[in-house]
Amino acid sequence: MHQVKRIYLDHAATTPVRPEVLSAMMPAFTTVFGNPSSLYQSGLQAHQLMENARAKIADCIGADSTEIYFTSCGTESDNWAIKGAAQSHQGKGRHMVTSAIEHHAVLHAFDALAKQGFEITKLPVDADGLLDPEAVRSAIRDDTILVSVMMANNEIGVIQPIEEIAAICRSNQVLFHTDAVQAGGALPIDAHRMGVDLMSFSGHKLYAPKGVGALYIRRGVRIANFFDGGAQERNRRGGTENVPAITGFARAFELAIQEMEENSRQLIELRDALIDGILTRIPHTRLNGHPTRRLPNNVNVSIEFIEGEAILLMLDQLGYECSSGSACTSGALDPSHVLLALGLPHEIAHGSLRVTFGRSNTMDDVNRLIDDLEIVVRRLREMSPLYNENIFSVQN
Amino acid sequence: MQYSDRVMDHFMNPRNVGEIEDAEATGLIGNAKCGDIMKMFLKIEDGIIVDAKFKTFGCGAAIATSSMATEMIKGKTLDEALQLTNKAVAEALGGLPPVKMHCSLLAEQAVKSALKEYYEKHDLINDDNRHLFDKLNEDAHDHA
Ligand SMILES: Cc1ncc(COP(=O)(O)O)c(C=O)c1O
Repeated sequence: MHQVKRIYLDHAATTPVRPEVLSAMMPAFTTVFGNPSSLYQSGLQAHQLMENARAKIADCIGADSTEIYFTSCGTESDNWAIKGAAQSHQGKGRHMVTSAIEHHAVLHAFDALAKQGFEITKLPVDADGLLDPEAVRSAIRDDTILVSVMMANNEIGVIQPIEEIAAICRSNQVLFHTDAVQAGGALPIDAHRMGVDLMSFSGHKLYAPKGVGALYIRRGVRIANFFDGGAQERNRRGGTENVPAITGFARAFELAIQEMEENSRQLIELRDALIDGILTRIPHTRLNGHPTRRLPNNVNVSIEFIEGEAILLMLDQLGYECSSGSACTSGALDPSHVLLALGLPHEIAHGSLRVTFGRSNTMDDVNRLIDDLEIVVRRLREMSPLYNENIFSVQN
Repeated sequence: MQYSDRVMDHFMNPRNVGEIEDAEATGLIGNAKCGDIMKMFLKIEDGIIVDAKFKTFGCGAAIATSSMATEMIKGKTLDEALQLTNKAVAEALGGLPPVKMHCSLLAEQAVKSALKEYYEKHDLINDDNRHLFDKLNEDAHDHA
């Protein structure tokens, strides 16, 4: 097959490491390779690199550096926050509240707790994917110990009213965790002003390497340890820290904050041009998630009468790398729990396409994608027994 | 999960897409809720399948198995076509990822559901071939 230009459009899945980030990491691999817990020169230097990184990340999210704990990934941060809070506070009660559209790192952590006898309330979202903070207020009971609601959704990009939810939790003396894995570096975050207790981050979503994450734990908040071991991370998370990745994580986060305004403006232009192009040029399509209260880089559409994996596969052949909430992409039977939570019927949720832009994308990518997507959709609809052009041309 | 070259070929260039207006037999299998639907159309003359066409809503494997199944039964006698198995379809495609094997079962069922319509209409079902339709009772998704 002839070589096609590859266009990466799946930045919510992961991002490449930026050259500036890679070069910031290099010393920690080579010259400053010591164990940050060691007391000789190279150890102390590694420790210094790590503490500089901690301070930078704290700055990026309006926290104190003593409130930042490094982990191995976003999933670990979510698990630690949720299971740690459950274990620590089960004396007060065993009820926890979350939303129906959380990432599996959160939902499956709650599922595991449910098996241990915790009671989990999963709040529904509206057709735009938004959670009503008043629903959180109503769900809180005397025995509620934790509320966990993500800041921005990985599939539909919808941004939740985190400050309002945090305020409700605080006034009810319930811990509040937010999964900010998709929001980190993409949206302004001020931990202290927002009033959250626990907040998860991951490096590889913001141009740092895979295998590093962080958990913000507000000063004074108690959660049980998840990794027992050495005295690392102020005795709260055992395991020799991944100093190179941590260094890169901080550099990437810092750059993301510096460039956020300019970057968001560009991403929103691409996002809105793609949404507009798809909805106007391809009939029987709909946008999933709120049109404006969404991440600057996220587009998620349903394309009726065809199936998501088939769309992805054909787009891949044409050089585009994107994602879908289709069950067939994961081998599961049910399509994305997020799309179903919006109230989409199964058959429409099966035909969804997610495009998440990043630093490398241009308006030319958007225009090419719209042209090629139009062809792909037409070809797949021609094969689909659900699609009948004649019926629809009469209706239109 | 990686598809074989032959699956990709049958997905990107599917054979026999379409409908047959005056088909002697049609079969419909699957449902939109589960994410795949296959519709088969057979043109039958003198006990031979002279043409087969399909329309499929589904993933790459669903489209490729439909395409391959139609290729495998074209020109065959009805009794030969009735011997089609999902394994044979998958093998002809150079194998399928395990999570996609149900697509080949749907393709077998789509062919058999069309044949069943024809066999019933012409009163051709007998004790020798009845069991060949048993696969129609299996749920390709293991649950509804
Ligand atoms: C919202 C959200 N939470 C958690 C995770 C898990 O992060 P990680 O891949 O670092 O474990 C992801 C990434 O897929 C995510 O998008």
